[in-house]
Amino acid sequence: MADTFLDAQELVLNMGPQHPSTHGVLRVILKLDGEKVLGTECVIGYLHRGVEKIAEHRTYAQFAPYVDRMDYISAVSNGLGYCLAVEKLLNAEAPPRARAVRVILTELNRIASHLLWLGTHALDIGAITPLFYTFREREEILAIFENYCGARLTTHAFRIGGLQYETYSGFEEQVKRFCDTFPAHVDEYETLLTGNPIWRDRLIGVGLLTAEQCKDYGVTGPVLRAAGVAWDLRKAQPYSGYEQYEFEVPTRSGGDTYDRYLVRIEEMRQSVRIIRQAVERIPEGAIMAKGMKVIKPPVGEAYVSIEAPKGELGYFIVSDGSIHPYRVRVRPPSFLNLQALEVMAKGSLVADVVAIIGTIDIVLGEVDR
Amino acid sequence: MSEQQPSKAAPKPAAVMESQPWAGELPENLRTQFSEDVPETSQYAGQPYVVCKPDAAVAVLRYLKEREQFDALVDITAVDYPSREARFELIYIVYSHARNQRLRVKTSIGAASRPRTLTAVFTGANWLEREVYDMFGIVFDGHPGLHRILLPEEWTGFPLRKDSSILGMDQAWVKDNLGIESGQ
Repeated sequence: MADTFLDAQELVLNMGPQHPSTHGVLRVILKLDGEKVLGTECVIGYLHRGVEKIAEHRTYAQFAPYVDRMDYISAVSNGLGYCLAVEKLLNAEAPPRARAVRVILTELNRIASHLLWLGTHALDIGAITPLFYTFREREEILAIFENYCGARLTTHAFRIGGLQYETYSGFEEQVKRFCDTFPAHVDEYETLLTGNPIWRDRLIGVGLLTAEQCKDYGVTGPVLRAAGVAWDLRKAQPYSGYEQYEFEVPTRSGGDTYDRYLVRIEEMRQSVRIIRQAVERIPEGAIMAKGMKVIKPPVGEAYVSIEAPKGELGYFIVSDGSIHPYRVRVRPPSFLNLQALEVMAKGSLVADVVAIIGTIDIVLGEVDR
Repeated sequence: MSEQQPSKAAPKPAAVMESQPWAGELPENLRTQFSEDVPETSQYAGQPYVVCKPDAAVAVLRYLKEREQFDALVDITAVDYPSREARFELIYIVYSHARNQRLRVKTSIGAASRPRTLTAVFTGANWLEREVYDMFGIVFDGHPGLHRILLPEEWTGFPLRKDSSILGMDQAWVKDNLGIESGQ
């Protein structure tokens, strides 16, 4: 093998599961030759709670709060995907007003998720300052969630068929205020990082993943877009009224950690654009579809997926005609994206492994379910 | 209530989502290419699916990838139907970027059969098949490292099988490794 030398001494180093830069309980077994990574092996499952089994013992409505606990950084997106999947089985659709509010909250959640990623990713690499800035803005988003539904993280914001709660008075103003102030804050993060020579040295050319490798591994989301594939489910197969809004799908061609950083930064700006358009014209009317008292889909199956902050989040639900789902399969973006760590980290330096784990943007709650 | 009230009307049979025929060039091509190995090409609620014989699954997916531009692997999962003769339904979901279309490939296998691994076609199938093995006990032939992924290695039982109780987890493992009696 060309990677090894005659005097090579292979060292096996265990990283995690209790390690600050693995963002949860991920254990990575590193095979090293000095500073060079010869191979990695992920050990996962420390956070496995058997969500898919629990689903079979709950009604459709009872299971909805559980999905928030998978990717707890973007609970709103999880809830949207689940509601859309059950609505597909029921052949129902949320009313226009509910769809607009769903888009606003989901995009706010995307920004919150990217902010948490940016803060912790920068922290892993040694830039402590951005964390305080990103958490300051994230707090504003969480305050909107709290005002809307009472919860900050595991929001359970949506119901099958629409929304349970009307927006609170001052909702539009608060969201607009956030949209007015937030882009300047993104500029602020960029002054700290984008041109920073240390940041660039640590990220450029690190953790390369080509478009072909992404497809081969089933990698989606910002990681795929940074490899040059302009694929976003909000554009490719619009749901919840995304086709009404103007926005761009940012892409980069390099497929390295720096490009993934730039893609996510631009995605936050695009999300603000969507929120602004949506909040300007929230339609009046009902927030709940009719006939949602007893949720009892016909015998059948459906796979519905959405563009979650981390990639394609899919729900495959099989119904046997009862009030309990027969089978719920969650297609978690983090699980499939994490699998590509082995190719991204191979041949890199130990210090880069931390950057690469950060750049995939995983949440172990979703990897392990 | 342990006894059924005789006055009550019999429960309505559950509504069924009818599968529709799926017309087009792709199902046509699949049927000519694989003839009796692909007995069904239909759709549910606008979502196309293909039913194929277990031995043909990998060939069908390879054909879809190499000839029909279904270049991205979305998911591999299974559903357990204990009353059926072939109790597991294996479900592969693939996506074509060029067509912007998603497709499910389904195949029914018995408890003892060992389907061929898909890792030779899509590298990403590795972890997905390990999860199917972990949860259902389906062994994939030729898989490069088939062992449990989410549950501990020494765990016994396959939780997503319908005959595996939600309370009947591996109590012995919990006691030995965590030193607690399960609260369930």
